[in-house]
Amino acid sequence: MSLLSIRDLAIALPGGADRRYAAKDINFDLAAGEILCIVGESGSGKSMSANAVMGLLPEGVNAVGGTITFDGQDILGLSEQQMMALRGRRISMIFQEPLSALNPLMRVGAQIAEVFEAHGELVGSERRARALTLLKEVGIPDPESAIRAYPFQLSGGQRQRVMIAMALALEPEILIADEPTTALDVTTQAQILELIEDLRRSRGMAVIFITHDFGVVADIADRVIVMQTGTIVETGTADEVLLKPQHPYTRALIDAIPRLTRHDEVAPIDRKTVLTVEGLNKTFSTSSGTFFGKRRVVKAVQDVSFELYSGETIGIVGESGSGKSTVGRCLVRLINPDTGRVMVDGADIAHMSGADLRDQRRKMQMIFQDPFSSLNPRARVSRILTEGLIAHNVPIADAMVKARALLEMVGLDPSAMGRFPHEFSGGQRQRIGIARALALDPSIIIADEAVSALDVSIQAQVLDLLADLKTRLNLSMLFITHDLRVAARICDRIIVMQKGRIVEVGPTGKVLHDPDTAYTRSLLDAIPGQDYERALAKAE
Amino acid sequence: MIPFILGRLVKAGFILLAILVFNFLLIHAAPGDPAAVMAGEAGAADAKFLADLRERFGLDQPLYIQLWTYLKGAVQLDLGFSYRQQMPVSELIASRLPATLLLTGVAFVLSLVLGVTAGVAASARQGSWGDTIISMLALLFYATPLFWVALMASLVFSVWLGWLPGFGYETIGAGYTGIEHVLDVAKHLVLPATTLGLFFMAIYMRMTRASMLEVSRLDFVKTARAKGLKRSVIQRRHILRNALLPVITLAGLQAGQIFGGAILTETVFAWPGIGRLMFEAINQRDYAVILGVFYISGAMVLLFNLITDVIYVIVDPRIRLTA
Amino acid sequence: MKDFWKRFRYNRGAVIGLVILAIVIATAIAAPFIFPQSPWKMVQRPFLPPFTQGGLPLGTDALGRDVLSGLAHGAYVSLLVGLVSTIVALAIGVPVGAFAGYFVGRTDDALMRFTEFFQTIPSFALAIVLLAIFQPSLTYVIIAIAVVSWPPVARLVRGEVLSLRTREFVEAATLSGLGNVQIILRHILPNALPSIIVLASLMVAQAILLESSLSFLGLGDPNIMSWGYMIGAARTVIRTAWWLSFLPGMAILLTVLALNLIGEGLNDALNPRLTRKSE
Repeated sequence: MSLLSIRDLAIALPGGADRRYAAKDINFDLAAGEILCIVGESGSGKSMSANAVMGLLPEGVNAVGGTITFDGQDILGLSEQQMMALRGRRISMIFQEPLSALNPLMRVGAQIAEVFEAHGELVGSERRARALTLLKEVGIPDPESAIRAYPFQLSGGQRQRVMIAMALALEPEILIADEPTTALDVTTQAQILELIEDLRRSRGMAVIFITHDFGVVADIADRVIVMQTGTIVETGTADEVLLKPQHPYTRALIDAIPRLTRHDEVAPIDRKTVLTVEGLNKTFSTSSGTFFGKRRVVKAVQDVSFELYSGETIGIVGESGSGKSTVGRCLVRLINPDTGRVMVDGADIAHMSGADLRDQRRKMQMIFQDPFSSLNPRARVSRILTEGLIAHNVPIADAMVKARALLEMVGLDPSAMGRFPHEFSGGQRQRIGIARALALDPSIIIADEAVSALDVSIQAQVLDLLADLKTRLNLSMLFITHDLRVAARICDRIIVMQKGRIVEVGPTGKVLHDPDTAYTRSLLDAIPGQDYERALAKAE
Repeated sequence: MIPFILGRLVKAGFILLAILVFNFLLIHAAPGDPAAVMAGEAGAADAKFLADLRERFGLDQPLYIQLWTYLKGAVQLDLGFSYRQQMPVSELIASRLPATLLLTGVAFVLSLVLGVTAGVAASARQGSWGDTIISMLALLFYATPLFWVALMASLVFSVWLGWLPGFGYETIGAGYTGIEHVLDVAKHLVLPATTLGLFFMAIYMRMTRASMLEVSRLDFVKTARAKGLKRSVIQRRHILRNALLPVITLAGLQAGQIFGGAILTETVFAWPGIGRLMFEAINQRDYAVILGVFYISGAMVLLFNLITDVIYVIVDPRIRLTA
Repeated sequence: MKDFWKRFRYNRGAVIGLVILAIVIATAIAAPFIFPQSPWKMVQRPFLPPFTQGGLPLGTDALGRDVLSGLAHGAYVSLLVGLVSTIVALAIGVPVGAFAGYFVGRTDDALMRFTEFFQTIPSFALAIVLLAIFQPSLTYVIIAIAVVSWPPVARLVRGEVLSLRTREFVEAATLSGLGNVQIILRHILPNALPSIIVLASLMVAQAILLESSLSFLGLGDPNIMSWGYMIGAARTVIRTAWWLSFLPGMAILLTVLALNLIGEGLNDALNPRLTRKSE
């Protein structure tokens, strides 16, 4: 007998949405002690099904058909009172963004103790003692002080551990984890995955794990459900779905995963240097806003030096806070570096200003992360693409001709010129961003997490486009990313950064397979789905 | 926490200084002889008084020395002399200040407590009849001229119904003492404090309601629900505390407005505070008093600000522990 | 634009507000034609109650002046003061806020200290001080109101600019070679505009309240008939002729309410564009 059984579940969206059902014809079972992964891209309805189990659908979204049977009773028929008794005690949930999922004004210990209070368990001091035990169990360093901390005082991984401690407090039978590692660094992700796996084993708890990352699925899932636009397209054991996918959509998703092992060996580069960075430093200090407060100093970039050769792509990888994005912004002077030189064509961009800077800067353009905030919502595509040209004294008519050509180059129809950014999908918007970066005929492109916000299938297309443009236009590229898989796919050399410093530089193959430093090794080990990748390679 | 308050105090000091400089500049920017301005135009002050003023403020000296003399005096709470009232301005203000503090303090607390309560009640049943009525009342109070509400309230509750006194601070000549006196003042306070509080109550209600609704959409509220907590507990412990932060900020910003409102309310109800004093001074063009009240009201607002700052810091650990 | 109307119309209060405001505007424009005589002129015996004599539907005040004529001319003054002082306040607040938010650091500090000073000191008292020292006239009333109402604009614009300037599209514009002024005018302010419009509509309402309060205290232009003045003048006779205070107050209330309702409608209609991303 399965613990949870969902039959013909249909979840309706409010009127005016782009489709009627968030999810439809949902059927699956969950056995005790099992980890079930629901995978899908954004908008696939994967979160909705899980939220329905908790009775926590967003306002206006309702389960309109089918049954969710838990322990012999239909959850959908329960009153709010009965659901409350279930939540937190028998079914628990953790979320994607642990910072916003915790109340910023309450101490961590109180937030855990609250679970006992909600269900009338234990009394004051026992609750606190149990909270402490739980924090120990989820592996928080220094639990005695963590229990008195406020969420903002903890790191992302620690916060997610607190969330897990909270979810485990009353030993629920089911844990629903909604993208719990997406907002975390790769090494932290690995630790959290391991923790969930351990807890499942020690407590025999069933887990519904929602994710978009096939690597994570491969590492953790017993069984897998693949969802696409609100319906289940494939379901089966992890091995069946991952290694012998039946549905074309599943196959396409798996093919789109960038492989660590698959990268073309570096074509012989003519060693012409296009960019030389020497001794770059940047320190941020934040004032506390009062006369007597203390200042916080962050050394974001420390003594960074490297060279970029013509036609080469260098990947700058690192976890959040490694300073990789700051380096990129220092190079184009969106941030002014404290010291150091940035030489392009014999001129030092780091110490330029006014018209000189403007002229030099057109050689180095940037592609940004967020396809939503990188385009002015109130400007038409034509303006977005021609503005820079016009600022550099290109006649308007010529700029318009060029803009149309650029759109075609990035695979968009020139009719896009008259439209506003919100009329495009995320992938299309990123293409517009690429076209804008190319408008001024730069020789160097800096791509800052340029594909991180995209679904994996779109990601693959954009990466292909970038690689293609690079060869056609003989560009050199700095590719800043937290994702080693993406770096493996597109980079010739890789720079690994940690806490503002470069810890390792080398050809992609060397860095990814035979790194010199323990830090790089730990980053590599943390990448999910590596066994799976080897199995896939063997199967091919 | 302590450095934070010290910082705020230093800042308050700078602002007070800036008000004094501003006052000084105004006196000199005004058309006519600064001494005549200080003496009060309508007072038609005698020549000797003007000469005294010229000497005291060194009005024949260079401007920066005059400024220095002025500031030195002001720091020692010498705010000039009211020729009209034949009294030092500081003494005049000191005698009137307690009544204003009582009125504004009560109105402030009243508006905050009632406004927040109404806002919470309205947000808890968004879209219901109760919500609609509360929201419409708030919209109405928000659009009503304060002095007019005061007039209408005194007309209805004092003149027509005779329920409450609509004039003054206490019953003159009654000679109440002790608890009787307190009750008498309280009775006189009802109309002024309520009418002064209404406008601000509307503001706080709207802010609280909007803020509650916004916070209730945040992730941690979902976490709280996932724990199986009761709705009322979530409302109180998770949503309300977070929703109060912008309301507290707003209350601090509105402190100055409350004092402005007090000028009008005190005028209508003949409440013997510094607002009423200012109104009298306007009619007599008694500039020394006008500027003095302006300066003291600035100090009062800074005090209100400091109180709201401290409350904010107590509620929000992020500032307490990082600043 | 079509969407804008659709969303605006959806807010019933906003439509009511628009109708009321249209009536007030029409009255203000028509006043000099319907009541060509000065509203200060005595036309009948004093204290003529409303609805007792044709031709003077709202009766006369303590000096025998036509109340309806006063209300109509007052509408013109209220709207004029509200509108012009808001424009002046925007003209101060928007540049201050934009520069403070865009050029963070010293410029920001200096400008925000300046703004904070004006925001902290009790604004109504400041307006009184200004008008008491410089003789009250329509121009000074407008200046005084503008001087005390620009700080919220500066704060709002600064906040918007601060959040917009770190958006990637602004960074992209910088890299494209656009100058600071171009970036502020073409990329930042258009995106801050909806919030500014909403605030401006509420500011007109507040300015009208402020003007009436100042006139009530006797600090208005002595040559201009305004609603606040009418209430102030009728205050002493409230026991015998309460309607003389009541009627102008209702006029203020309705006008301010209409503007606030419109402000809410604008907010509903303009803000989805900005919040779309979070949906």
